[in-house]
Amino acid sequence: MRIMTLIVASAAVCFALSSAYAETAETFGAAYAKAEAANKKAGELRNQWTTTSAALKDAKKAADAGDFDAATGLAKQAEALANASIAQTQREDKLWTESEIR
Amino acid sequence: MVRYLILLATIVTFVVARPLWAVSTASSPEKDFTAFRNFFTSKFPKVPLNDFVNGPYSMNEDMRKQWIEKEDFPPYDFALDHGKELFEKPFKNGKTFADCFANKGIGVRQNYPYFDEKKNEVVTLEVAVNQCLETNGEKPYSYMKDDMAAVTAYMAFTSRGKPFAIKIPKNPKALEAYENGKKYFYQRRGQLNFSCASCHVQSPGERIRAEVLAPALGILNAMPIYRSEWGGMGTISRRFTSCNSQVRSVPLQPQDPEYRNLEYYLSYMANGLPISGPGARP
Repeated sequence: MRIMTLIVASAAVCFALSSAYAETAETFGAAYAKAEAANKKAGELRNQWTTTSAALKDAKKAADAGDFDAATGLAKQAEALANASIAQTQREDKLWTESEIR
Repeated sequence: MVRYLILLATIVTFVVARPLWAVSTASSPEKDFTAFRNFFTSKFPKVPLNDFVNGPYSMNEDMRKQWIEKEDFPPYDFALDHGKELFEKPFKNGKTFADCFANKGIGVRQNYPYFDEKKNEVVTLEVAVNQCLETNGEKPYSYMKDDMAAVTAYMAFTSRGKPFAIKIPKNPKALEAYENGKKYFYQRRGQLNFSCASCHVQSPGERIRAEVLAPALGILNAMPIYRSEWGGMGTISRRFTSCNSQVRSVPLQPQDPEYRNLEYYLSYMANGLPISGPGARP
């Protein structure tokens, strides 16, 4: 009886923990929206990266397949790429003169 | 009295000398042109100036032999024939391309791009071809290849040997377009963090995978080109967009004002070098 209680309790704890850490459609949606916004800004600066678009596409695909862990990870990756492209544009706005032939 | 004289002399020195200094260090198309030319001729002292228009084929003797062999049976010949046909074929209204260009469109490639002071924008040959079609009620061509590559190939062919003669009028907007083109050329972009200059200024003659990189000097003189990598002809628009994609940057629309400005800058840098298009590249 004690063993049975222990097994049930462990299963309950595992379930609670897994549901606490697993990504959901909501967390994916938020991550995807942030990535899209950053990529849109990169587009306004006329420097989007092809890898950002690819990561966004893959994230959507994973979400459609119900794999929100992978989808959220890819959306976060896309956001990081978009932010890097924005930083590159801002940096190059001044730094380009360093490589100019004079 | 002496103090006042010294003070006066100091003020005069600042007022007069500062603008002179500012002028002498400021960038200008003429200065850029000289520096650009000197850079490449010093980097490749054995390459005759006019040979730079042959891109990678100018970089060493082996490559030059390859180019001479290629010119025996040039892969752009079919496009040239097709281009001549399109160029001469009357539009539905009876007019032809000849009616849209100076000298009936023969031997004029070296004057493109130019700065249109009414519209305050750079007009490339590709844009002028499509403007001609639309003015005459025809559908514009795709900027990337096929008919556009064929017509511009024919127009380049009739201009072979004529030196690039790009003008920057004394108009702040024209200078701005030139400066923006220069900036685009040197700005790094894409996930690989490359600028146009990374390959074509810092590494011409070096290999990137199997390809020998072309120097930026004279890089547009042979356009449009047949590229083995493409398995067909491509325009300047195709070249710019594919360069962007290769460094993992989302390309702009063909003939976006930024690409036109880039073409303006690079063509001005090639002033005096002969048109050699259409060309062939690996």
